[in-house]
Amino acid sequence: MTESGRRQIAGRGIPVPGNDIDTDRIIPARFLKTVTNEGLGLHAFEDARKHDPEHPFNQKVYEGASVLVAGLNFGCGSSREHAPESLKQWGIKAIVGGSFAEIFFGNCTMLGIPCMSVDNEDVLWLQRAIGRDPRQPVTVDVEKQEVRVGDRVIKGRIPDGARNQLVSGAWNATGVLLEAGDAIEATAKRLPYVSGF
Amino acid sequence: MASSLLDKVWEAHTVRTLPSGQTQLLIGLHLIHEVTSPQAFQALREMKVPVRMPERTFATLDHIIPTTAPQARPFADAVAEEMTVHLTRNAEQSRVPFFDLTSGRQGIVHVIGPELGLTQPGMTIACGDSHTATHGAVGAIAFGIGTSQVRDVLATQCLAMAKPKLRQVRVDGTLAKGVYAKDVILAIIRALGVNGGVGYAYEYAGDVVDRMTMEERLTLCNMSIEGGARFGYVNPDQTTFDYLRGRQYAPQGAAFDRAVTWWKGVASDADTRYDDVKRLDGGAIPPMVTWGINPGQSVGVGERIPNPETAPELERATYREGLAHMGFEAGQPIAGAKIDVVFIGSCTNSRISDLRVAAAVAKGRRVAKTVRAIVVPGSQLVAREAEAEGLHEVFREAGFEWRNAGCSMCLGMNDDKLRGREMSASTSNRNFIGRQGSPTGRTLLMSPAMAAAAAVNGAVTDVREMM
Repeated sequence: MTESGRRQIAGRGIPVPGNDIDTDRIIPARFLKTVTNEGLGLHAFEDARKHDPEHPFNQKVYEGASVLVAGLNFGCGSSREHAPESLKQWGIKAIVGGSFAEIFFGNCTMLGIPCMSVDNEDVLWLQRAIGRDPRQPVTVDVEKQEVRVGDRVIKGRIPDGARNQLVSGAWNATGVLLEAGDAIEATAKRLPYVSGF
Repeated sequence: MASSLLDKVWEAHTVRTLPSGQTQLLIGLHLIHEVTSPQAFQALREMKVPVRMPERTFATLDHIIPTTAPQARPFADAVAEEMTVHLTRNAEQSRVPFFDLTSGRQGIVHVIGPELGLTQPGMTIACGDSHTATHGAVGAIAFGIGTSQVRDVLATQCLAMAKPKLRQVRVDGTLAKGVYAKDVILAIIRALGVNGGVGYAYEYAGDVVDRMTMEERLTLCNMSIEGGARFGYVNPDQTTFDYLRGRQYAPQGAAFDRAVTWWKGVASDADTRYDDVKRLDGGAIPPMVTWGINPGQSVGVGERIPNPETAPELERATYREGLAHMGFEAGQPIAGAKIDVVFIGSCTNSRISDLRVAAAVAKGRRVAKTVRAIVVPGSQLVAREAEAEGLHEVFREAGFEWRNAGCSMCLGMNDDKLRGREMSASTSNRNFIGRQGSPTGRTLLMSPAMAAAAAVNGAVTDVREMM
């Protein structure tokens, strides 16, 4: 169940300015009316893009970008994994942000998308740097917990558990969890609400 | 050493420590619905892995179903029908109990869990929905998960989780008349911020919480995620036990008394040490109304909408964006803001006590001519109870539509949506841009009493003037 690890991701950047960008903004609920994940990438930021022609996801210069740079509390709100899935299908492979909402962070990890937190000043610097030169590569080094652009090295943070999962390629947890075998049922049986009060 | 409910429940459900350093945490109750489960069941089919503990898994329909009568199948909305077919088939094939429309038990997943007694103290509870912390009101560790984690729980009854830190949020004093659990949680989010709870579980405590009914605690815990906290709970006490006694899935007879003994034991010890403690004066909380585009952007009904220049620097841009989207001016009183739509419902505020409060305000009054107002009970059981009390007639006579149970206009996945720039007074939990189904729609979050008052006056009104 493991894939090759996500030690390091390099690609062009796309800045999404602003704090508290919620998952309804990333993908409006009407696109969750589906039983598959097909085509979700087409609807990433759909309403925000319609509302704002200058939205980064509308700009040709950011086509092909794979490192999204966001502000604080990115991905707050709903637990819909459709949100990171839509970004992934659009081409996003890593997200650098001031901070992340917890469920969104977990969902990204489960899809093999590292979310690296950096200081907010660094977010603003990165967003400006990418805006000035959208073609320059941005490297998200998961193992070393840093972001590199040109000769600048920015200190980042990914909590140990998620980082270990990403680096080892074990972000699809099902296989690892199944390895516990009968210990799962044994744990359940010790709980009086399972075994009967 | 003293330990908290979080410590005790976490330890009791720990299967092992994973190579990543995370805990393999057993999930005692898994609740599923039609929106976040189909891809997970598909993944199980592809892996050829069965549902590990179908007897600890329960399904219902809530997000996409129409709330207008008759809810005849097939639904007019072909995609809603398809999602229903998938859930029905997945539940049947995996022998997962399913509270469908014909069960008499269908409803919003966070309403039916507690009301059926599925939700119990000391459990770990997961659901593919961010409002799962609702169930923490009975003293459970309950949290929202994404679809890949739904897959993990279906396949293994476990999750790979990092244990959160614990913050006690104390609300002491006495709430003023006309102030409800919804106002308390909006005040907490305003004080601690929409991301203040990231990395934390919130243990709600204090005089106000101690005196709350179970339904009030459900409202309180429901919006933990709006404050950034994935988990929120209240220690189980006599209120909890009285609420659970006699419910369908609660232990019965002598087993109930044995359960109470165990439940008392999972509560946080008196000398528990918290990573952080925050305090609010309950007596100072007014009826709250949001003015912006996240649930932290709120004011007391008597206050003016704040000026972005006075906001913390990092929040100024979001303040400006909020004002622009809502069409409000800084300094404008929130009272008097014109309302087009009133929605009373959602996993936050659709229980019988919410409907009673709203009906008491609506009784003998009329919804303003310019307002369309709907009341959507949280479950079929809530609907039957309300109808037995005649609340549906009170609402209808006042000019509200009385609907069937579902998530409805909280997120507009069925036909219940705002149109264009309509302004909604809503008892739901999110005022995000586009949340209620129209990309330009506007949402003001408030309590059921305040929403009923807004319906009558066609504008935001201090409900205390009508009591």
